[in-house]
Amino acid sequence: MSAHNNSESQSAVLNRRDVVSQLLADRGDMLVVAGLGAPAWDITAAGDHPLSFPLWGAMGGAAMVAMGVALAQPNRRVLCVTGDGEMLMGLGSLATIAVQRPRNLSIVVLDNERYGETGMQKTHTAFGVDLASMAHAAGFVQSLRVVTAADVLNLVSIVKNDEGSIFAQVKVSTDPVPLVLPPKDGEMLKNRFREAVLG
Amino acid sequence: MSTWPLEVHRVLHDEGVRQVAFVPDAGLSRLIDLCEADIAIHIVRLTTEEEGVALLAGAWLGGDKGVLLMQSSGTGNCINMLSLTKGSRFPLVMLVTMRGEEGETNPAQVPMGSATQQVLEAMGANVIRAESAEQIAQYLSVGLKRAYETNSSEAILIAQHVLGFKAFK
Repeated sequence: MSAHNNSESQSAVLNRRDVVSQLLADRGDMLVVAGLGAPAWDITAAGDHPLSFPLWGAMGGAAMVAMGVALAQPNRRVLCVTGDGEMLMGLGSLATIAVQRPRNLSIVVLDNERYGETGMQKTHTAFGVDLASMAHAAGFVQSLRVVTAADVLNLVSIVKNDEGSIFAQVKVSTDPVPLVLPPKDGEMLKNRFREAVLG
Repeated sequence: MSTWPLEVHRVLHDEGVRQVAFVPDAGLSRLIDLCEADIAIHIVRLTTEEEGVALLAGAWLGGDKGVLLMQSSGTGNCINMLSLTKGSRFPLVMLVTMRGEEGETNPAQVPMGSATQQVLEAMGANVIRAESAEQIAQYLSVGLKRAYETNSSEAILIAQHVLGFKAFK
């Protein structure tokens, strides 16, 4: 039994698919990288897209993949959608990205406080680890905690309109959602993305 | 003073490398300084080397070539992230200063240094060893061309005797 359990997933009201579909509505030429597991299924449920790169592995690397895209394409908005477990494995990348301060990168963590693909074991965020504060401490000037539907609207506006490196920890419920898998061929996804970006 | 850092920097320029990511090593410090002073290069300091593997995959998705600089111990930190490189056939070029070889004074450097080449090859990288300062830029040029022409993963290892030994005094 844990000494402290600050779990909020029981009370989280946001549905991960609703959040992602709002973020990706009218996405224009925004470039999207998704962390493995549920976030990759979420962006696919919103519509498979050549300007999306869903990861099937590379746990802990989603934000850095997005960072590489953001440096290479400074005039396009880049969105990384990932999960709490994936982000926890790459916490150092928050420091790396904050030092770079790309003007065009948003990192949105869908935090259900669980490792969803392995049996819904609790992650550290279920015990109060505060990713938004960690990102702020690393140097993200805009680091948001998103809990309500109004917070989501604000987040969508910031991701689409604001300059700077943006981090958001979005508390989402553990309610089951349909499985929607992206294509599995990583080389095809890579080539498709490059062709769509570079012509 | 050895000129290899200047030669390597020239290769980076000639091959159009735009992103250079690193966890430092003493032997790489002059090259890092040269890259940092170059406005055509984004220099990305990492907290751990695997970040660089992911970064450079993203760089290529967006059209940038890159190089990852690290010491041999850092290759161990990259192992699982190299699944991304191998699985999706991302081009990747790593320039690795070797530790744990002849003249090493730190026993902790020996296990990973001894395994570096095997580990990289196990994850699909082509490994070339530079045994002289002149070979470093030459092999990097070969590695960059092959990686970005054929979607291969390339590691250029710089033998420890080429850069000298760290002495604890």
